[in-house]
Amino acid sequence: MQTTFPQLLIKHAAERPDAPAMREKEYGIWQAHSWAALGKLVEHIACGLHQSGLKRGEHMVLVGGNRPRLYATMLAAQSLGAIPIPLYQDAVGAECVFPINNADVRFAMVEDQEQVDKLLDIRTSCPTLEHLFFDEPRGLRNYSEPGLMALDQLIESGKTFANSQPGWYAAEVAKASPNDVAAMFFTSGTTGNPKGVVHTHNTLLDRARAGADFDKLTSNEEVLAYLPPAWIGQNIFSYAQWLACGYVVNCPESASTVMIDLKEVGPTYYFAPPRVFEGMLTTVMIRMEDAGSIKRGIFNYFMTVAKRVGPARMDGKSTGALKTLLYAIGNLLVYGPLRNTLGFSRVRVAYTAGEAIGPDLFTFYRSIGINMKQLYGSTETAVFVCLQPDNEARADTVGVPIAGVQIKVADNGEIMVKSAGLLKEYYKNPTATAEVLTADGWYHTSDAGFIDASGHLKIIDRVKDVGRIKGGANDGAMFAPKYVENKLKFFPYIKEVVAYGDGRDQACVFINIDFDAVGNWAERRNLPYAGYADLAQKPEVYQLIKECVEKVNADLQVDTLLAGSQVSRFLILHKELDADDGELTRTNKVRRGFIGDKYQPLIDALYNGKTEQFIETVVKFEDGRSGSVSATLKIGDCKTFAAVKAAA
Amino acid sequence: MTKKIGDVILDVQNISLAFGGVKALQDVSFNVKEHEIRAIIGPNGAGKSSMLNCINGVYQPQQGSITFKGKTFKHMNSHQVAVMGVARTFQNLALFKGMSVLDNIMAGRNLKIKSNLLLQALRIGPAEKEEIMHREAVEKIIDFLEIQAYRKTPVGMLPYGLQKRVDLARALAMEPQVLLLDEPMAGMNVEEKQDMCRFVLDVNDEFGTTVVLIEHDMGVVMDISDRVVVLDYGKKIGDGTPTEVRSNPDVIKAYLGTSH
Repeated sequence: MQTTFPQLLIKHAAERPDAPAMREKEYGIWQAHSWAALGKLVEHIACGLHQSGLKRGEHMVLVGGNRPRLYATMLAAQSLGAIPIPLYQDAVGAECVFPINNADVRFAMVEDQEQVDKLLDIRTSCPTLEHLFFDEPRGLRNYSEPGLMALDQLIESGKTFANSQPGWYAAEVAKASPNDVAAMFFTSGTTGNPKGVVHTHNTLLDRARAGADFDKLTSNEEVLAYLPPAWIGQNIFSYAQWLACGYVVNCPESASTVMIDLKEVGPTYYFAPPRVFEGMLTTVMIRMEDAGSIKRGIFNYFMTVAKRVGPARMDGKSTGALKTLLYAIGNLLVYGPLRNTLGFSRVRVAYTAGEAIGPDLFTFYRSIGINMKQLYGSTETAVFVCLQPDNEARADTVGVPIAGVQIKVADNGEIMVKSAGLLKEYYKNPTATAEVLTADGWYHTSDAGFIDASGHLKIIDRVKDVGRIKGGANDGAMFAPKYVENKLKFFPYIKEVVAYGDGRDQACVFINIDFDAVGNWAERRNLPYAGYADLAQKPEVYQLIKECVEKVNADLQVDTLLAGSQVSRFLILHKELDADDGELTRTNKVRRGFIGDKYQPLIDALYNGKTEQFIETVVKFEDGRSGSVSATLKIGDCKTFAAVKAAA
Repeated sequence: MTKKIGDVILDVQNISLAFGGVKALQDVSFNVKEHEIRAIIGPNGAGKSSMLNCINGVYQPQQGSITFKGKTFKHMNSHQVAVMGVARTFQNLALFKGMSVLDNIMAGRNLKIKSNLLLQALRIGPAEKEEIMHREAVEKIIDFLEIQAYRKTPVGMLPYGLQKRVDLARALAMEPQVLLLDEPMAGMNVEEKQDMCRFVLDVNDEFGTTVVLIEHDMGVVMDISDRVVVLDYGKKIGDGTPTEVRSNPDVIKAYLGTSH
């Protein structure tokens, strides 16, 4: 049955008025909003927006974290046939200018003073922006800018309107068709201006339902909404699937309490990019290092048991009686309490996506009894393309195409997707649309990959990034930077990697160490350091990283496709790559080209055999000021291995 | 931004304080108006903390008087001062290190808790209702100062900047009319200082709390305070708006020294 988001809300409010729809932790207590209350709130906001002049088909910007009223405003805009555009709350002002102007946005709803200031700052560059509503009034009492209004005030005026015209809202919601545009998401874009990805109610709901059916989600699921609402993944998990299934979305108290809230909520359906899982594991490991020797001994013993037995159990295979018994004891003593501490006691399905995940990390979670799986999708495909079935989760694939998805591999190795969830178009950008959508409905993912023997999709890299080594011993070999970067990033000591090699005679990398992990490693070795830059240049740290790189090289030599991508030289950067400096995208992906231009002298030094290189760079602080950092960086050489010839 | 500054709420007249032969304060007079942020500055040993301690009733000056909300006192009594609505934070922190953040802030509600020890210990009758009411007030402060993530953390485990924030939270728990802050930004990095400034301004703005603060960071003082008193060797050498004080020759001399 085809429907729209506001219609789903009305349906839930009518069928289960008192069931909780959302919870928000405020003043230390989880406060529930029932479906009926939420329905009323949305109606009032919608009426208020209507009175302020929001028109059908018009766009409205939302900037803020996961707050019930932000999602309510999204629903309210959709009720009027307007199109919400969620923007990243941590984006700097300048990054908001393009979306606002691109979509001629007159209306914005933001979370708090910080966001209000941000939008007021760019107001001169965004002449269309007229109305600015804010959720949290703190600090805004003395603001008198035109068009600025508290959401509370909007709700009040909407309430009066709704009471005077009782049937108006329902009639307005009924006007929408499932094929109307429902929302627009700006892709972070590693190059050029971001593109507005246009989705209809149908495309989003089709995929939301397909994903829900695949994992048999019910209205009893509990979800924690903690990733930016501007990211389509969060939007699918805490909006599209929320309304499709009618489960409960929990909003954390603040960004810093997410881990505490996670434990309190105990979600049954969970999603996180690999770096979140990695962060949790690092915390556990650091705490175990500090634990008493008995505790540590028990932990270490049962973790080896878990590694041997856990994954097989998760895959539904039977293990011997003794192993089963050992695992049961381990579950009682270690895995159970650990799951509880991590907030995963009740989790039925946990997904990771967005980046490749390290095999050790992946195995760790599965071995302690968490049903962790991978999925493949993007903003343009409304997320769900491939998912891993419960018993077939593996670290190096991204799953099988689910219901409603067709997949094929183009001649250049590019994955092509066809489904009912594909984007309608890129907003005001027919050229870009034509580039990714073929006339017969196939979408170019621009990911290179293949389908393996068991029918699982395996991704190698972005098509445009896959290059060739030119000259040297491996002339003509395939070079997949992302593949190399990921393999290195699987080491806990390495946070970010940028690999170069296309059109050159060998592969070289920039490395960002993980400050927490390496810092802890250094402390345990009584190695003093003053800060990130100092730690990064320690010879001991270079030796540590060198070992990691050489392990990856040893691993790569047996890869028939990518043996030529082995890394021969590396350096550790003196600063952490940062989205504020344009080095990462807002979703924390490295912008290889930009970094290459910015650190050109470093690349030159890697390839002309120098052993160290001086570099000075400008850094931007969060408050907009900038400063500069400089350092002389050492360059490390690594052992590479001759490729093992296949079928030799 | 417009701010409504009211009448004089605290008037300090001719205060002199000596410890034996050491004259900590000599004939110092100044006043504080309602809703303003009043800074006390001066070099080390100028008598800033002594001044605060006189207002707060920790020290009893030998001469002078203090008028608070129309009532004049020879010297203050620290309990009475707290009841009248003056709260303070400490330069070197005076938190209960082993207690959680929440308990520390709850301690700030002590004066407002009416039920007796027995009822509280057994948490029966009105005591339970009262505790819930006070917890709500404390939660609002926790939310205000953005320390939700540390509710249950023992204070001793927190970094210094956060301990300072807990100290402020405990003072706010008294719902004071006048807040005395003794070097709230001391020992903090730039980012922590910015946060603290924000909180002080927000407290002043949201609750209308009058703030008297001692601070060494001139940038901070000039940015956030409405009027500044300058002390040097126990004497008042300047009083006025930040701009006036900055151009006062005596102040320049005390801070920068002069060439002879």
